[in-house]
Amino acid sequence: MYDTPISERKVDQQEVKFSAKGVQVYYADTHAIKDVDVEIQDKTVTAFIGPSGCGKSTFLRCLNRMNDTIDICRVEGDIHLDGQDIYDKRVDPVQLRAKVGMVFQKPNPFPKSIYDNIAYGPRIHGLANGKAELDEIVEKSLRRGAIWDEVKDRLHEPGTGLSGGQQQRLCIARAVATEPEVLLMDEPCSALDPIATAQVEELIDELRESYSVVIVTHSMQQAARVSQKTAFFHLGNLVEYGETSQIFTNPQDERTESYITGRIG
Amino acid sequence: MTDLSANSGDLTAGGRTRSRLRKRNRSQIMLQACGIAAISFAGIMLFILLSSLVSTGYKALTQTHITLEVFVDPEQIKEERLPRGGFRQVLAATMLTEFPDVEGRANIRKLTDVLSNGAQFTLRDKVAADPTIIGQTISLTVPVSDPFDQLQKNLVKRETPEEQRRVNDQQIAWFDALSEKGMISEPLNWGLLTNADSRFPELAGLRGALVGSFWALLICFLISFPLGIGAAIYLEEFAPKNKMSDLIEVNINNLAAVPSVVFGLLALAVFLGWFGMPRSAPLVGGMTLALMTMPTIIIATRAALKAVPPSIREAALGVGASKHQVVFGHVLPLAMPGILTGTIIGLAQALGETAPLLLIGMNAFITSAPGSPLDSATALPTQIFIWADSPERGFVSRTSAAILVLLTFLIMMNALAIYLRNKFERKW
Repeated sequence: MYDTPISERKVDQQEVKFSAKGVQVYYADTHAIKDVDVEIQDKTVTAFIGPSGCGKSTFLRCLNRMNDTIDICRVEGDIHLDGQDIYDKRVDPVQLRAKVGMVFQKPNPFPKSIYDNIAYGPRIHGLANGKAELDEIVEKSLRRGAIWDEVKDRLHEPGTGLSGGQQQRLCIARAVATEPEVLLMDEPCSALDPIATAQVEELIDELRESYSVVIVTHSMQQAARVSQKTAFFHLGNLVEYGETSQIFTNPQDERTESYITGRIG
Repeated sequence: MTDLSANSGDLTAGGRTRSRLRKRNRSQIMLQACGIAAISFAGIMLFILLSSLVSTGYKALTQTHITLEVFVDPEQIKEERLPRGGFRQVLAATMLTEFPDVEGRANIRKLTDVLSNGAQFTLRDKVAADPTIIGQTISLTVPVSDPFDQLQKNLVKRETPEEQRRVNDQQIAWFDALSEKGMISEPLNWGLLTNADSRFPELAGLRGALVGSFWALLICFLISFPLGIGAAIYLEEFAPKNKMSDLIEVNINNLAAVPSVVFGLLALAVFLGWFGMPRSAPLVGGMTLALMTMPTIIIATRAALKAVPPSIREAALGVGASKHQVVFGHVLPLAMPGILTGTIIGLAQALGETAPLLLIGMNAFITSAPGSPLDSATALPTQIFIWADSPERGFVSRTSAAILVLLTFLIMMNALAIYLRNKFERKW
């Protein structure tokens, strides 16, 4: 993937996964997200970039209703997943989050064994019938997380004993264990060293084949390396959204240009 | 190089920077000195407390006993009349065989005063348990009465004028004679732990208080632990944050600071007055202590729940766990060490609590250990209160010994709390 110049990378998938219209987010009196419209495609890596506090993480957390857990947070507008309104009263956020997995900034494995870390999601959602099936899911998920070879001999040791990069891949494996359709990643590499970052980025590229991946990143290089589409947020506004190649080589908005050339941010 | 030398010149030079630096250093030294002084003061006070307790209390760790060869006279004790019988007369006769020249009721009385009043009951229990010894001579070891225990431990001084001490010269002479014959011994005072309370210091023990405290603490734990944790989980994890929950929070913090005597009055009015529950019962004592312990547990639990890193909650929510699964599957187990520590410290507080127990009558004089939480009983602190209030000299050292027993339990509970915290503390 690194061989392909970003200008030649094209999005080959046009099926829309998430479509957001007129999304507003308020934290008490603060207007954090202002009128964002965006369509996120399936089997694509979409990067959200922008300076700190621009609302990219907030918007990401709207997509699996993680903001519901913050009392003072209020979300308005429409967000549809496969045409279904995820803020509909009949939608249970618990079910939504099984379909829309999330990986966090700091690796946060449960203080349990590696096996239990992966098996937790399938267990609570009743995805496995019996031990053999669960074993299978665990192995498959760890393979997807590109960490199986490193941990297959110590599945019952605590997940917190792994290195930072391994922990993050374990968290990705945990997120894919519930068979989600979308993976949200909130700065997944910001706590990792360059080697672990490279491994996780490689993994993200592989995951694109099965999932729609949305990644928030502070690193424009990372956005350029892994994503096909990029959205630039600034002060709560979605300034520009388009193919990564276009955003990085031919930005339409001057704020985008200032940011990617390092003048603001 | 020139820069460096210029810098090193600056570092040793005087001037304003240097005097400011000296001032800062001085205030730091002052602060440290104050801290050390405070800790030393606390340490000295603790040392004084413990050494005064130990120096008076260690006397109660042994109890003077006398070993007698008792002829169980079939004239006085008849099998068919057991457990009645002339045990007192048998003992008096035994003492008289040691000193055949003692005559007159008053003198015989003085002689038998050497023995504890409980001696006759010890003999009675022994005969009742095995009536075949009637008509035989048995060896019987019984406590001596309190004044002679004091004499043996040199708490009653022989130099004191006769009219000012509780044993007269004649009695001292008898006692010394018995001592010379090797009949007096001073073994460890297990009776302090195995006997219940008694009017006679040489027989008084803490068994009733220990059992009473155990029942009270057990009931306190059974009530306050689940209720406290439940309330804390609800308030911390589920309750909406609004004026109402703020009000509840303030009130819980206030409850933790309410003087314990107020809880005692509340229990007196509600548990005894309205509900008509039994007076002096560890059940009521435990319920009263639970009222006091619950705020402590709620506060400790909320702090422990707050200390669980939010990343764990997010991780669980992120894979689709419901709020209830997040709390009970992830947050609560991680908070458990903190909760247990808080609970044990709360219970240790309850163990030492006196005032509310006094109000519900757990300072009654009860000479047997309670068989159930509904029987009348005392508790350790109230037993200390009773003994401290007793006029007999023998209770002075026993009070200190009882305080040491109470402190031992408190230290053990606090050590358990520290052990649990270190053992289960997780590192992220």
